[in-house]
Amino acid sequence: MASNGPKLLPAAQLDALFDALQRRGYAVVGPRLRDGAIVYDELKSMADLPIGWHDRQGPGRYRVEAGGDRALFGYTVGPQSWKKYLFPPHETLWRGQRGENGFAIEPPPPPPRRAFIGVRACELQAIAVQDRVFTGGAAVDSRYAARRKEIFTVAVNCGVAGATCFCVSMNSGPRASRGFDLALTELLDAQRHDLLVEAGSDAGAEVLAELDAPSAAQADHSQADALVAATAASMGRQLDTTEIRALLYGNAESPRWKAVAERCVSCGNCTSVCPTCFCSDVQDVTSLDGSTTERERTWASCFTQSFTHMAGGSARVSTSSRYRHWLTHKLAGWIDQFGTSGCVGCGRCITWCPPGIDLTEEIAALRADAEKP
Amino acid sequence: MTRPTLAVWKFASCDGCQLSLLDCEEELLAVAGAVDIAMFPEASSSMRPGPYTLSLVEGSISTPEHLEQIRTIRAQSRYLVTIGACATSGGIQALRNFADAGEYAAAVYARPDYLSTLATSTPIAEQVSVDFELRGCPINKAQLVEVINAFVNGRRPAVASHSVCTECKRSGTVCVMVAHGTPCLGPVTHAGCGALCPRHDRGCYGCYGPKETPTASLAAPLQKLGMQGDKLVRFYRSFNAWAPEFREESRAHETP
Repeated sequence: MASNGPKLLPAAQLDALFDALQRRGYAVVGPRLRDGAIVYDELKSMADLPIGWHDRQGPGRYRVEAGGDRALFGYTVGPQSWKKYLFPPHETLWRGQRGENGFAIEPPPPPPRRAFIGVRACELQAIAVQDRVFTGGAAVDSRYAARRKEIFTVAVNCGVAGATCFCVSMNSGPRASRGFDLALTELLDAQRHDLLVEAGSDAGAEVLAELDAPSAAQADHSQADALVAATAASMGRQLDTTEIRALLYGNAESPRWKAVAERCVSCGNCTSVCPTCFCSDVQDVTSLDGSTTERERTWASCFTQSFTHMAGGSARVSTSSRYRHWLTHKLAGWIDQFGTSGCVGCGRCITWCPPGIDLTEEIAALRADAEKP
Repeated sequence: MTRPTLAVWKFASCDGCQLSLLDCEEELLAVAGAVDIAMFPEASSSMRPGPYTLSLVEGSISTPEHLEQIRTIRAQSRYLVTIGACATSGGIQALRNFADAGEYAAAVYARPDYLSTLATSTPIAEQVSVDFELRGCPINKAQLVEVINAFVNGRRPAVASHSVCTECKRSGTVCVMVAHGTPCLGPVTHAGCGALCPRHDRGCYGCYGPKETPTASLAAPLQKLGMQGDKLVRFYRSFNAWAPEFREESRAHETP
């Protein structure tokens, strides 16, 4: 078996892929069940996947339940994203040690090789957006770039849409079209449980060639296409992006911003769970005797007062100004700044917002207000 | 150059916050190296008179004597930093501010006439000017070391005033409110504990008091989880009941 065309791997043999990745020195990370949610963590084998688990999502609400099947990927995206590996919440950029003649800088250790398994199409888009933000301009974030280079990506085409999903509106899913090494489609019905495996890169083709599995037949491709089409047709939400820049820039004084501020707690959860939010804060942490220092980078949120703190105080004091800034930047400013929307339609900001603020609802309301004569 | 001097003071409190200093273990040696601990009755019977560079003040203003003592301490201290919920918001004992302290005393003590207390328990900052308030019930020892470090080195303490949610998300903790339906004060509570309770599958109790931005929007999601009326009042009335934002929020849900 040396073909690197799409193959059909029996689902029960997914460990063959784990083995192939681990042999190459990758630590495999992917979805697993922890504390009532599907999070991303290290996986030793396919047994660590949330087999048979499904999720139910809504604004401000998330629950997992056992589905009575053997589905490996029968859920959508959880509270975490791959951002936690590529742009970690805490990072020591360097350590400094005072010596007799000045000070010495110790760089952080090189990043680990990781294989991401179970990356959804919206998440591939989110990674592409962060690639653009961190490495696309004149100033390349070297730490991000170093970590990114060590990643092998196994995507999964979504066989189910969540109630807060709207990737179709953002043109980012539910099929993985680029940015992966391998893509899986889980074909599960009464007769079969297989994974259609396709390569999206040379590295992926090399791994695929190692898998001892037959080539996929046309019927398998048809079943996969039908599955993804059904997912696309069952999106929980939609967001109309028509003239979205004009809509947001032109309605900065809409009363809707004050209305949403009545519900917003300014907790910052939306920015933490967003797979594209990229802001950070950098601080030097010194020892009491001043002999050592560490330069620490942590996630920052535009929902905090310190985010816009400068001489004279914070620039965005009201909740409405912070929400407006976040949404306007995410859906409009990014297009001007990075040539892409900052939203990939994953719905995390809807599900993980304690009051359940729904940006698709906010945009629809803003649009309805703007179109009033 | 002489080392800066440190003094640790106690008002109405449980001593837990000043114990955080002794609890610093290996950091304690660094603290003792950086400052001259001149007054710390809980740790040493050697007590030297002021003035002091930095005074750490634990506890709330609860008796007539406290009113005098805190002025004396302020006068002897270049910097005065309050530590803990009692000192920054009045503590759990500020529950009496919502009731008749005399009635409480009569219910608890055989001879309430031996007591001499004020009708209220209030934060230190209501009596004297305070250079920094470190929150928590109890305070986080790493933050305490950071505050000492900052004052010794003449910079602002790096103590974030955003929500506990930020700490949950940074630590990868699953949201107990969204995923489990557990009422949680994390979205309106000041960070600092490292999301201790949510990391152990509990809702946040608000030990660090209100965060920097408004509180009221949390009522709706809490009510959806069954926190109505009195339950909501009690939720906000614990260690930081008298902090203005929590005080107002609890009053807003009182049944008249």
